[in-house]
Amino acid sequence: MPSEFFIPDPEGRVPTAEGYFGAFGGKFIPEALVAAVDEVAVEYDKAKADPEFARELDDLLAHYTGRPSALTEVPRFAEHAGGARVFLKREDLNHTGSHKINNVLGQALLTKRMGKTRVIAETGAGQHGVATATACALFGLDCTIYMGEIDTRRQALNVARMRMLGAEVVAVKSGSRTLKDAINEAFRDWVANVDRTHYLFGTVAGPHPFPAMVRDFHRVIGVEARRQILERAGRLPDAAVACVGGGSNAIGLFHAFIPDAGVRLIGCEPAGHGVETGEHAATLTAGEPGILHGSRSYVLQDDEGQITEPYSISAGLDYPGIGPEHSYLKDSGRGEYRAVTDDAAMQALRLLSRTEGIIPAIESAHALAGALEVGRELGADGLIVVNLSGRGDKDMDTAARYFGLYDTDATVAADADTEAAEIEGDAQ
Amino acid sequence: MSGTIQLLTDTLAAARAEGRSALIAYLPAGFPTVDGGIEAVKAAFDGGADVVEVGLPHSDPVLDGPVIQTADDIALRGGVRIADVLRTVREAHAATGKPVLVMTYWNPIDRYGVERFTAELAEAGGAGCILPDLPVQESALWREHAEKHGLATVFVVAPSSRDERLAEITAAGSGFVYAASLMGVTGTRASVGAQARDLVRRTRDTGTGLPVCVGLGVSDPAQAAEVAGFADGVIVGSAFVKRMLDAPDAATGVAEVRALAADLARGVRGQA
Repeated sequence: MPSEFFIPDPEGRVPTAEGYFGAFGGKFIPEALVAAVDEVAVEYDKAKADPEFARELDDLLAHYTGRPSALTEVPRFAEHAGGARVFLKREDLNHTGSHKINNVLGQALLTKRMGKTRVIAETGAGQHGVATATACALFGLDCTIYMGEIDTRRQALNVARMRMLGAEVVAVKSGSRTLKDAINEAFRDWVANVDRTHYLFGTVAGPHPFPAMVRDFHRVIGVEARRQILERAGRLPDAAVACVGGGSNAIGLFHAFIPDAGVRLIGCEPAGHGVETGEHAATLTAGEPGILHGSRSYVLQDDEGQITEPYSISAGLDYPGIGPEHSYLKDSGRGEYRAVTDDAAMQALRLLSRTEGIIPAIESAHALAGALEVGRELGADGLIVVNLSGRGDKDMDTAARYFGLYDTDATVAADADTEAAEIEGDAQ
Repeated sequence: MSGTIQLLTDTLAAARAEGRSALIAYLPAGFPTVDGGIEAVKAAFDGGADVVEVGLPHSDPVLDGPVIQTADDIALRGGVRIADVLRTVREAHAATGKPVLVMTYWNPIDRYGVERFTAELAEAGGAGCILPDLPVQESALWREHAEKHGLATVFVVAPSSRDERLAEITAAGSGFVYAASLMGVTGTRASVGAQARDLVRRTRDTGTGLPVCVGLGVSDPAQAAEVAGFADGVIVGSAFVKRMLDAPDAATGVAEVRALAADLARGVRGQA
């Protein structure tokens, strides 16, 4: 019986054996990691050919993750999208609250097959870290998560979740203290501890075979969405829309639609304060090809190849690189990428919350903002599938500060001062 | 003008002829300033280094430990450019007549342009390059230009490298082979393990004629003497940089580099 949820690319057109998607990809790694990375590739090929691996992963995805995930139509939200019909692929409803668990369970099974006992991972928003800590708890693996110090503050809830699950969380203080630096530190750990450690990479970047393997584990998102939208709307969508940081949820949604020429594949990058301000992480919009974290792809860099510091309100998208397959889709014209500002994403976050009762992650809110634009461009006949890659619980602190939802510290302080003055007055 | 790969080869051969290992020092360009970095390289030669690797600082040094990360950071915040790195090579080589290599990550060279970089490095009197995140399989373009300009391509081998890979790497490389003494990033270690000895033996077993030099973790004369017992060269980086970071001022830092190089030079002669 074919597997239901583990559906690697049946075409196998890209990447090449060397890991190239056109001009992008490859394997730019230190010699110390060559044997380990090759082992991952060999083990993954064996797993793909082994029905027992698919059976085990399917079972977890069905009964642990809760696949298939729902496809929800959001008509009240869609009123703001030019009247186009909008459906959300509900990866936020997966166990742990995002799409990340799809890849994590696959690689955790692979870790066991390789006989390794320790897992390390990077995380930005903490969703990949939480998913990894979850799988390590489930399989009894030691777990260390690297997270930029800035991100440990803006995603404090997820830090607590990871620690509750038994993972060690290391706050990385080098460089821009965000996702890029967490990956650097995870690579340093891997080089030193590769014998017993698997680096459970969280996105479709990194050296071959990670971009293809992580894509394969997420491919189920688009396969399900394609089937569901045909059932519900009776036709393929005009556009599939997803947010893009490293690009894993986007490639997961897009991939099954690539052969459908009429379906536009639209990735939404973080424009931060605006691409023109320089404070953004819109890699495909403003970057140039280069090498970061083991593969050639678009990179935010200066004229001498130094990686520039990215910025986004979203910790999960705050990354100066992008998976090589997205660079390939961009250059081939099959994918379209546009940049969405912090403000547009936050407005979309509130709009979905208020119109549909669904609080999205700030990452996914970039896709929602993109869908509002695309809907207006398409008009009332439009049909859009948006990947709602994660839920917003982790972002409530950022959102509360952004929208002023707290009784502010200033107000509390003023009240306290008044009270203190009154008490002093009484005493006199 | 052609690069000085032959000078590198001759220098390592001369050390071997003296019955000793060569001392290879690593110092980042632009640290603590461009001129201060040039003084440090000259001081390393003056103290007794046979070869110096000049680091081209990178924003994302994934193979470096905290010491070299800190120095890179200071250099980049000081605004170091590739032209400054090339000036460091040029002035250090011109002042000493000794072989100077560049060590860096692949992206800065990829972005600068391989032909432009190799031509300018050769013109500056450079002897070659060590690019630890450019594996043999991705190196064809680099090697073509390096060869054209008389520059060595020094590849790194690691304890995890299988024998068939060692054969591939030694066949593609030139100048010398950089044997990583352990699995890990740069930084000083209390001891250099038996892994290094085994790796040097396996590398020589490929039949390569290239000298095999050992780096990572070596920090003092006793370790240098130990490694000199089985390797053609001893590579020391973080220990130099740490002395400079710990020094109260730049002049003291340069003096510390000279003193450490002198101590290590005795070490590679078995006089630790």
